[in-house]
Amino acid sequence: MTRDTIMVLKEQDVVPFRNRVKEYAVKIKMGLVNQTKLITAASELVRNMLRYGNGGEAIIEVISKGPYTGIRLTFKDEGPGIADIPKAMQDGFSTGKSLGLGLPGTNRLVNEFDIKSELGIGTTVTIIKWANG
Amino acid sequence: MERIPILKMGAFLLVTIQIDLYDRLALDLEEDLVKMVEQTSVKGVLIDISAVSIVDSFMGRILGNIASMSKLLDAQTVVVGMQPAVAITLVELGLPLNGVSTALNVEKGMHLLRSMMDFNGTDQEDGYSSYD
Repeated sequence: MTRDTIMVLKEQDVVPFRNRVKEYAVKIKMGLVNQTKLITAASELVRNMLRYGNGGEAIIEVISKGPYTGIRLTFKDEGPGIADIPKAMQDGFSTGKSLGLGLPGTNRLVNEFDIKSELGIGTTVTIIKWANG
Repeated sequence: MERIPILKMGAFLLVTIQIDLYDRLALDLEEDLVKMVEQTSVKGVLIDISAVSIVDSFMGRILGNIASMSKLLDAQTVVVGMQPAVAITLVELGLPLNGVSTALNVEKGMHLLRSMMDFNGTDQEDGYSSYD
């Protein structure tokens, strides 16, 4: 169990996906606070993917760098894309009806955060949380 | 269709959330709860989230909404049993739930609700003494 791809196409897919992330986090002995941060971040990103990208695929991977073990989550959608990424990363900015905490809030919960988006092609967000990071 | 049960206990409504909610379920709970506050004219709502391992921005917003909506209908809301890891995550996420009263457990939450009701000069309709 080092890699999984899960299609998230409807709201009911979210809870099973979160549970799968938790299984991975427990497997690499991630502490409870970091687990909670990772799963909350995953929940925010998967909601964005559903709301703005009409769903997509989520990849869960166990990765290591030197002595560190962690989890990388990748969220890929084929939605409209994000026109202005720096703006989308600002607290309080939202094109939808949300609080606009999703992307900047998620960024604060994880160790590494990367977002790539192309208009008309889609958006890919990647986050990494180290087990003891 | 899945629904979160709402129990009436004296002058309060009690909701114990036993599962991790997806968005539709949380929205239904918000609507059911606000309707029931009106129908039962309770003065207090107690929401136990001790079994909830994740509160993200959506769920946090629903908790805030329930508190604000209930207040407009003359009822106080107390959220109890938040796990420490959830509290840490909510603050870092940027959602400190400022408008929501909290207590560590159901018992303390009941006391808090009763004291809030006393403060508002509300009659004790649940038969409990407020001096216990």
